[in-house]
Amino acid sequence: MANPWIAYLVVPFVKIVVILLVLILVAAYLSFFERKILAYMQIRVGPNRVWPRGWLQPIADALKLFVKEIVIPARAERLVYLLGPVIMIIPALVVFSVIPFAPEGTFFGLLKQPIAPYLTDVNIGILFLLGVSSVGVYGVILGGWASNNKFSLMGGLRSAAQLVSYEVPMGFSVVAVLLMANSLSLVKIVEAQKNAGVWYFLPGFVAAFIYFACGVAETNRNPFDLPEAESELVAGFHTEYSGMNFAFYFLAEYANMVVISAVTTVLFFGGWLRPFPNVAALAFLDVIPPFVWFALKVGFFLYCYIWFRGTFPRYRFDQLMALGWKVFLPVSLVNLLVIGLGVLLIGGPR
Amino acid sequence: MSHPELLEPFPDSEEMEISFGPQHPATHGVLRVQLRLDGERIVDAQPVIGYLHRGTEKIFERETYNGAIPHTDRLDYTAAATANQGLVGAVEKMMGVTVPPRAAYIRMMLAELQRIASHIIWLGTHALDIGAQSPFFYTFEEREKILDLFEEYCGARLTLNSMRVGGLPFDLPEGWTERCRTFIDQLPARIAEWERLLTKNRIWRLRTVGIGVISIADAVEWGLTGPPLRGSGLRWDIRKVFPYDRYDEIDFEIPTGEHGDTYDRYLVRMEEMRQSVRIIRQCLDALPDGPVMAKVPKVIRPPLGEAYFSVEGPKGELGYYVVADGSTNPYRLHVRPSCFINLQALPELVRGHLVADLIAVIGTLDIVLGEIDR
Repeated sequence: MANPWIAYLVVPFVKIVVILLVLILVAAYLSFFERKILAYMQIRVGPNRVWPRGWLQPIADALKLFVKEIVIPARAERLVYLLGPVIMIIPALVVFSVIPFAPEGTFFGLLKQPIAPYLTDVNIGILFLLGVSSVGVYGVILGGWASNNKFSLMGGLRSAAQLVSYEVPMGFSVVAVLLMANSLSLVKIVEAQKNAGVWYFLPGFVAAFIYFACGVAETNRNPFDLPEAESELVAGFHTEYSGMNFAFYFLAEYANMVVISAVTTVLFFGGWLRPFPNVAALAFLDVIPPFVWFALKVGFFLYCYIWFRGTFPRYRFDQLMALGWKVFLPVSLVNLLVIGLGVLLIGGPR
Repeated sequence: MSHPELLEPFPDSEEMEISFGPQHPATHGVLRVQLRLDGERIVDAQPVIGYLHRGTEKIFERETYNGAIPHTDRLDYTAAATANQGLVGAVEKMMGVTVPPRAAYIRMMLAELQRIASHIIWLGTHALDIGAQSPFFYTFEEREKILDLFEEYCGARLTLNSMRVGGLPFDLPEGWTERCRTFIDQLPARIAEWERLLTKNRIWRLRTVGIGVISIADAVEWGLTGPPLRGSGLRWDIRKVFPYDRYDEIDFEIPTGEHGDTYDRYLVRMEEMRQSVRIIRQCLDALPDGPVMAKVPKVIRPPLGEAYFSVEGPKGELGYYVVADGSTNPYRLHVRPSCFINLQALPELVRGHLVADLIAVIGTLDIVLGEIDR
């Protein structure tokens, strides 16, 4: 790639557009699959009206939300009220710039030179990811506060407390992976799992569990869906939002689910790697392209999200906080110690 | 009663007034609770009612005795059969009419089916309020079957109008008993299925154990009846203490709780469904032949006087107090609504708890605004 214009402008631009489009489509269709899967779990049929068999439902929903009037409550703080959803959705989309979907490749020989399908591989990818995604909480708090509605405010406050508390054990479980991989780059972490010959899920199953559980809490999903607990707070922080503003919150929630699933996959389940990447006997699995492996794993975690929603009741706010601070945090700390000792004694990558 | 340690206010905190309802997804209709909150902690909760007031008791005075029955359907619209049963019972008591045995047995079956249907709605919505979505759909599948049985019997699914002074308007249609038996035979397995989803669920227990506790003495003081009273441990059930219809010929138990919390009330209602199945099965086995209507005059004209008669509704004691002036209409017909009286204990039950517990307690009281506002 001799021409710097192509290398630094055209290629990243194309990648950004493709990633954004795919991500938004995935998030939209995730809502469709959620409704369908939940429906079948609950002896219902789910959306099946929009041709064919409901497959265009997300598109129809998006169109509907797009043309709906944006109602701003009379005493709302206008600027902040309008900024809320934007602050929420931007981090949710931006974090995808560092998530590696697949290794560098030539797309089945279509390209002359291998090209990385992900946008970029920052050497502090994980830090970037944690930092950017925690900005999203401002969208929730500000939106809840600016709506000038007590239910929204309570939803916003709940999520502020919840997101901040759950980021701590989440961070510690990520550190466990960093110790094993000896790198902050997400691509390097996947490659380290290839070199180690084992997904980090096996040595770090406690960390993996805590990460995903905290991820469910971070995305405000059942059983931790208190900020928008319908039966308590009407709709929580987005009670007063309508039209595209609501759609942004909605989309951000689903995009965040995809992010958490993707990061869980990358950190603990070998990203694009096949199971037991170094066992030659399983080499026949390589016919499945790496991207498909990645998508399958992400899909599994997304299914778990929906599964939880179909199964669990909701925690109470104080119980949720107790779980975060009194269970997850100590367990993740002890786990960090154990992993650290393990890396020290057995010897991780140097 | 509630958590005393939670009653200490935070220093420098201000209370927030919030109007919970009447358009709120979890207040089961148009209940409004005026809340005073300290953070998420409830300092005070005052139910505000009247949004569904239709003047039913005044309407009763305008109607003939049989004509008042359809209005009772609309009191507790999730349990029409027991509401019918109470009113016809009261008038029969005044007139000294004995219902033919077949009619009494069919009434008991309808009432017990209604009790199951009502508990099913309670379970589905209670679980939904606490955040478990799926039980709502599983339970409503069974409720549909009960409504089918009702429809087959009297044509209506919800507002049954299924009883008359002196007996029943119709005999059972052909094949009804077999279909009813098929239904109750498969129901216990379904109840066990719902229990598998909830009873031992850690989150469910966290949300219900120790929430909204009320002692026997307090429950009696507040006049609680039905599962909220039995959940505290008092073995009080109108079907046993003042048997009506032929409940004295039926063998069944009254489940009670120990701690008087939301979880015990949940267990009590689950067991009541099983007991109702037991009652229906015995009724089907012993269903006598004969007429379904006693010899009563075409125009119901109870003698001058008054009577109080109550039945064990799904939600508690449902009583009717009739004052007759010798004409065809009641001079006064007062309803002792179970939900209204149970709801009075709400502030006592939730004080010091969190907002999320308010939802659980409203659910566990199992209120229907149609009966509260009348």
